[in-house]
Amino acid sequence: MLTISLILLPLIVSVLLFFMKGQKASQQIALLATLAELAIALIAFTGFDKSLAVNYPLLIDWLPKMGFSFSLGMDGISLLLVMLTAVLTPFIILSTFNRENKLPASFYALVLMMQAALVGVFTSQDGLLFYVFWELALIPIYFICGLWGGENKVQITLKFFIYTMVGSLFMLAALIWLYTKTPAPHQFGIKNLLLVIPTLSPVEQAWLFAAFVLAFAIKMPLFPFHSWQPDTYTVAPPAGSMLLAGIMLKMGIYGLLRFVLPFRGNTLSTYGPVVIVLALIGLIYGSIIAIKQQEIKRLIAYSSFAHVGLMAAAAFALTRDALAGTIFQMLSHGVNIVALFFVADIIQRRTNTTQISELGGIAKQAPRFAVFFMIAMLGSVALPLTNGFIGEFLMLVGLAQYSMAVAAVAGISIILGAVYMFWLYQRTMYGETKPASESFTDLTSTEMLVAVPLIILIVVMGVYPKPLLEIAQPAITEILKYIH
Amino acid sequence: MKTLTALVPLLPFISFLVIGLFFKRIPKLLTSVLACGTVLISFIFSIILFVDLKNGGTATNVTLFDWLPSANANIGFSLVVDQLSSLMLLVVTGVGFLIHVYSIGYMHDDEGFNRFFSYLNLFVFSMLILVMGSNYLMMFIGWEGVGLCSYLLIGFWFKNQDYNNAAKKAFIMNRIGDLGFLLGMFMLYIQFKSLDFNTIFSQTGQFQTGDTFITIATLLLFVGAIGKSAQIPLFTWLPDAMAGPTPVSALIHAATMVTAGIYMVARSHALYILAPTTLLIISLIGIATAIVAATIAIYQNDIKKVLAYSTVSQLGYMFIGLGAGAFTGAMFHLTTHAFFKALLFLAAGSVIHALGGEQDIRKMGGLKKKIPITWLVFLMGTIAISGIPPFSGFFSKDEILLHVYVQNKIIWALGILGSMMTAFYMFRLLFLTFFGSFRGTEDQKHHLHESPAVMTVPLIILAILSVIGGFINIPAVFGGASSLNNFLSPVFGTTQTSAPEVSHGTELGLMAIAVVGALALIAFAWARFVKANRIPAGEETQRYGLENILYHKYYIDEIYNLLIEKPILFLSSLLHKIDVFVIDRIVNEFGSVTVWLGARARLVQTGNIGFYLVAMVLSIVAFLVFGLMI
Repeated sequence: MLTISLILLPLIVSVLLFFMKGQKASQQIALLATLAELAIALIAFTGFDKSLAVNYPLLIDWLPKMGFSFSLGMDGISLLLVMLTAVLTPFIILSTFNRENKLPASFYALVLMMQAALVGVFTSQDGLLFYVFWELALIPIYFICGLWGGENKVQITLKFFIYTMVGSLFMLAALIWLYTKTPAPHQFGIKNLLLVIPTLSPVEQAWLFAAFVLAFAIKMPLFPFHSWQPDTYTVAPPAGSMLLAGIMLKMGIYGLLRFVLPFRGNTLSTYGPVVIVLALIGLIYGSIIAIKQQEIKRLIAYSSFAHVGLMAAAAFALTRDALAGTIFQMLSHGVNIVALFFVADIIQRRTNTTQISELGGIAKQAPRFAVFFMIAMLGSVALPLTNGFIGEFLMLVGLAQYSMAVAAVAGISIILGAVYMFWLYQRTMYGETKPASESFTDLTSTEMLVAVPLIILIVVMGVYPKPLLEIAQPAITEILKYIH
Repeated sequence: MKTLTALVPLLPFISFLVIGLFFKRIPKLLTSVLACGTVLISFIFSIILFVDLKNGGTATNVTLFDWLPSANANIGFSLVVDQLSSLMLLVVTGVGFLIHVYSIGYMHDDEGFNRFFSYLNLFVFSMLILVMGSNYLMMFIGWEGVGLCSYLLIGFWFKNQDYNNAAKKAFIMNRIGDLGFLLGMFMLYIQFKSLDFNTIFSQTGQFQTGDTFITIATLLLFVGAIGKSAQIPLFTWLPDAMAGPTPVSALIHAATMVTAGIYMVARSHALYILAPTTLLIISLIGIATAIVAATIAIYQNDIKKVLAYSTVSQLGYMFIGLGAGAFTGAMFHLTTHAFFKALLFLAAGSVIHALGGEQDIRKMGGLKKKIPITWLVFLMGTIAISGIPPFSGFFSKDEILLHVYVQNKIIWALGILGSMMTAFYMFRLLFLTFFGSFRGTEDQKHHLHESPAVMTVPLIILAILSVIGGFINIPAVFGGASSLNNFLSPVFGTTQTSAPEVSHGTELGLMAIAVVGALALIAFAWARFVKANRIPAGEETQRYGLENILYHKYYIDEIYNLLIEKPILFLSSLLHKIDVFVIDRIVNEFGSVTVWLGARARLVQTGNIGFYLVAMVLSIVAFLVFGLMI
C-alpha cells in the first residue's frame, strides 16, 4: 500500500490541479501534497527492513495472460531514489514561490505528475510497467520545458523529447526481446527478465546490452549522446532543470544498475570497459568545456554531464565501494544540482541575466546568498564533510580497485571541477559590483526555506552518511551476486 | 583525557559556527573574546595533554562516530593525541592563539572583522583535525579543509580580482597535490584494507626495504605534500598567497598549514623508511626548492614576498631533513620555524601597519627609531632564521644538516650554501627596512607609529620563543639532553638515525662552517646595504643576466601560463566548438534525414503533439497484442 500511495497521491492531486486556477492556491496545494508525500516516504524509510529483498511489495495482475502485472516494491536503491524524489520535489515547488507563472495550476500539476512517474520508475518490479512509467515521466517534463521555457523552447524541447524517446524505444525492444525468451508462460517481471540473460547467445547479449546502454546513455546523458543536455538545461524553467538534473537523469543510472550490470560474464567484461571509456571521456571532456562557459546554467549543465560520467564509470567498476559511491552520489548530485540551479534561478530573477561576464561583486550585496552558493559549490567540488566527497571518494576508491590508471584519469576531474566552479564563483560573487548586480538583495525568507535545508542536507550527508550507505548494501550484494 | 581531546578541535569549531551564523549582529568585542578564548582554551587543553604524555602517559584515541563505512573498512571520525600530534597541537593552538590576539589589533578597522575571525577559527579547527586525525581520511578532511580556509583568507578582500586569482591558484595547485594524496591513500586502502595509521603501520613488517608498492604509495602521498608545503614544482602559489591579510600569512602560510606536508611524512615515517628512493626524491626536491626559493628571495622587494620565498626555502630544509631520516630534526625545525617565521610575518605586518599599507622595502628605511619594538623583535627573528647560536633556528637547522652530512655531502654543501643565502636576504631585508633614512612619503613619515599592545605583546612572546625555542632539543655536544628526541621517540622509535655517527669534533666543525658562512654573508649585506647604502633598483630598471632571471622568479609563472593554462583554455574552446558543430550537428542531421523521410509520409502527420502521444500509446498496445500472439 505504501508504494502505491507514493504514486497515487501526487497523481491524484495532479489531476485535481488541472481543474484549478490561481497561483496561490495551486502552489500551496502542490506543496502540501509533496510534503505529505515526503511524510509517507519517511515512513517507508524508517520502516524499511534491510533483510527483505523487496520491501512494501504490491502485486496486482493486470494482463495475466501476458505475464504483465502491476508489480511494485522497493529494495535499498529504490528506496533511496524515492527518498531523493520525495525530498527534492517540495523544494523545487518552493523555489517557484513568489514567481509569476502563466497557468500556475497546470504547472504544478505537471510537476506532481512527474513525481508520480519518477516514483513509479524507481519502484516498478515489472519490466513493462517500468517502461510505462519511464515514458510517462517524459510527458510532463516535455510540457514544463516546452510551455514555460525560455528562448527557442519549442525546438530544443522537441529535440530532447525525440532524442530520449528514440533511446527508450531501444529499451522497449530489448525488454520485449527478453520477455519472449522467458520460459512459457512469458513473464515481464524484472527478475524473470534478468534470469533470461545468461541463457542467451553472446551475440544476442551484445545487442541487448547495446540497446539498454543506449537508452540509459541518452537519458543520463553519456558521451557522445549528451548534446541535447546543455540546451535543454539552459532553456528549461528553473524547476524544470532541477527536475531534469536532480532526479530524472538518475533514471538512466538506475537503469544501468537494474538492467545492465546483471549482464554478467563475458558480455559485461567485454563491453563494460567500452562504457567506462566513454564515461571517462565525458568526464574529462565535460569538465574542460565547463571551464570556459559564459552562461551559468550551461556551465552547470556541463558540470553535471561530467559528474554523471564518473557515476557511470564507477557503476561498471563493479566493486562494492564503487557501487555504494555511485548510489550515494546519485543522491548528493541531486541535492547539489538543485542547489546550484536554485542559485542560477536567484541570480536570474534578481539581475535578469545569467551571463557570467555581466555579474560580479554579489557577495558584498548578499552575504547569506554567498554562503549558500559557497556550500553548494563545495558540495559539488567534493570537499570532505560535504555530501559530494562521500560519493566521489567511494567511486574513486572503487575505480582504483578496478584499475589505478582509471582512477587517476577520473581523479583529474576533481582538479578541473575546482577550476570551473571556483572560477564561476569568483567571477559572479567577487570583484567589483557590476551594474546588473548593484541592487542584488539577499535571500528572502521563502528562499531561506529552500536554501537552509539544502545546506543542512549537503553537510549532514557528508558528516554522517552511514545510514544511507547501509540501506543500499543488501541491494549492492544482490547486484554483485548476479555478476559473480 | 578523551573529553579534552575531543574538545580541542571542537571549541574553535563552535566559535566558528557562532560567529559565522551571527556575523551581522555580533559585536567586535564578543567576536574577539570568542575567537581568541576558544583557541586559548584549546591551547590549555593541549598543554594538559602534552604534560600527560611527557610524564609517560600513553596516546589517547577517541572515535567520535563511525564516519564512512566502506567495503574494506569502517572509517571512523577518530582523533589521536600521541607525542607527534601533541607537539603539533602546541604549535597550532599556541602560535595560533598569539596570532588571533594580534589580529584583533591588525583587523580592527576592517569591515569584515567578524568574517575574518570565523574563517580563522574554521582554519584552526581544520588544522587540528589534520594533525589529530587517526587515519588518512581524517587527515584528508583537515588537509582539504585548511586548503579551503586558505582560499577564503587569501581572497579575504574579494573586491580585488588579483587577490581572488591568487586564492584560486592556491586552491587549485593544492588540489593537484591532493589528487596524488588521494591516489596514495587508495593504494594503502586496497593493500591494507584500512586507512587507520596504527593498522597500516603495524603491518609494514611484511615489506622489504625498497618495495615497489611502498615506493609508489609514498611518492603519491608526497605529491600531496608538494602541493600543501609549496615545493617544486607546485610552490608558486605561496608567494601569491601573500595577498591575504598578514596574520593569515603568519598563521597559515608560515607557521601551520604549509607544514602539513612535513607532518604527514613524519606521521607516515613507518612507510617512508621502507622507501629509500622516495626519501632520495624528497631530499632532492627539498634541496632544489631551498636553493631556488632562496635565490629568488635575494632580489625581491616586497617585504612579505621575501618572507614567503624564505618560507618556501625553509620548508625545503625540513624536507631535506625528512629525506635524511631526521624526522625529529624536521619536526624540530618545523617548531622553531613556526616561532620565528610567525614572528617575522607579524612584525612585517606591524611595519606595514605603521606605513599605512606600504610593502615595498625600497620605500621604507630608517624605521629603527620610529617603531623600536617592531625593530627589536624583527631583529630577533632575523638572527634566529639565519642560524646564529644560540637562537632557535641554529639548533634545528644544525640538526637537519648534521644528518644530511652523514648521508650525502653534496646536499649538505648545498644546504650550507642555502643557509648562507638565507642570512644574506634576511639581513638585506632587515637593513633596508630599518636602517638608513626613511624613503617613504612625507605623509607616511608623519603617521609613523608603533603598533598597539594587542599587537606588540604577541610579537614579544614570539620573539622570546624564537630566541629560546632551540633549547627544547639541545644536542649532546653542548651537554644537552635532546629532550625533543626523547619525547618523540615513542612515535619515531628506532626508525630514525637519531644519533649520527660523527665525532663531536666533526659536529662542532660543521657548525662552525655554517655559522661563519652566515656571519660572512651578514657582514656582506651590512657592507652593501648599510655602509654603501645601496637601494634596490626601481621596477622599470632594465636588468640583465642572472639578476634579471632571479628578479622575475625564473619566469616560472609565465612558463606555467604558457604550458598549462593557455593550452587548457584553448582546449576548452576547441572542445566546445566540437561539441556544438560536430557532435550536436550529427544528431541534428539524423533529425533532418528523418524530416526528409517524414515529408514523404506527411499525410498521416498532423503536427499535433497530442496526436503523436495517441499514436505512441496505440503503438504500445500494438506491441502488447503482438506479445500476446507469440
